[in-house]
Amino acid sequence: MPVHIQTEDFDLSTEIKKLRSGDARVGAVAAFVGTVREQNDGAKVSAMTLEHYPGMTEKSLEEIIQKAKARWDIFDVLIIHRVGPLHIEDQIVLVAVTSAHRGEAFAACEYVIDYLKTLAPFWKKEDTADGSRWVDARLSDDEALKKWN
Amino acid sequence: MRVKVKFFASLREVLKTSEELIDLPHDIKTVGQLRQYLTNRGVPWAEALAEGRAVRSAINHHMVELDALLLDGAEVAFFPPVTGG
Repeated sequence: MPVHIQTEDFDLSTEIKKLRSGDARVGAVAAFVGTVREQNDGAKVSAMTLEHYPGMTEKSLEEIIQKAKARWDIFDVLIIHRVGPLHIEDQIVLVAVTSAHRGEAFAACEYVIDYLKTLAPFWKKEDTADGSRWVDARLSDDEALKKWN
Repeated sequence: MRVKVKFFASLREVLKTSEELIDLPHDIKTVGQLRQYLTNRGVPWAEALAEGRAVRSAINHHMVELDALLLDGAEVAFFPPVTGG
């Protein structure tokens, strides 16, 4: 299963090693890691909680992977997304893509994270000095999809 | 027709419910009509699901538009725009 929704942290080098081991066709691995930053929409964030829609989340991520595979000459895609309580500097998400050459790996990796951000049912709730608040979706995330159409 | 309706994130909190089974009147055929039907419940439904509010919907785990047809036994979900990654 190339999609993992989990509360536990992940180790980038372990995951990449697993992803490409036994596949001698691989000449490139591109990876994106999203992390919790302390500043969002003008407020200092101390922690956050991630909610998701079990069942739909997995399905939507698998569909995004299938679309990326149909579009680029890539071998494997791995998505790990954490849920539950997270703190500043924690890792949230990993997208890793293997291919023969870097161009396809970079492009497919960006495509997957762009689609994940607008289609996969995850929601962040931040803790700030003024209490907790749901994060608003960004227009820039919708804009990011336009370059793939 | 009976559907299971789920709510997530801020909608779940405002509506104080995460899931319910609803027996629908015969004239409710689309996800948009279901949303309209739920707003008739008054506060806090009317405001949370009001037309113009950014509410996304899904049927059986697939994101759909408001004109999508409901199916008997379907799992329908309403939620705010997603913010993962």
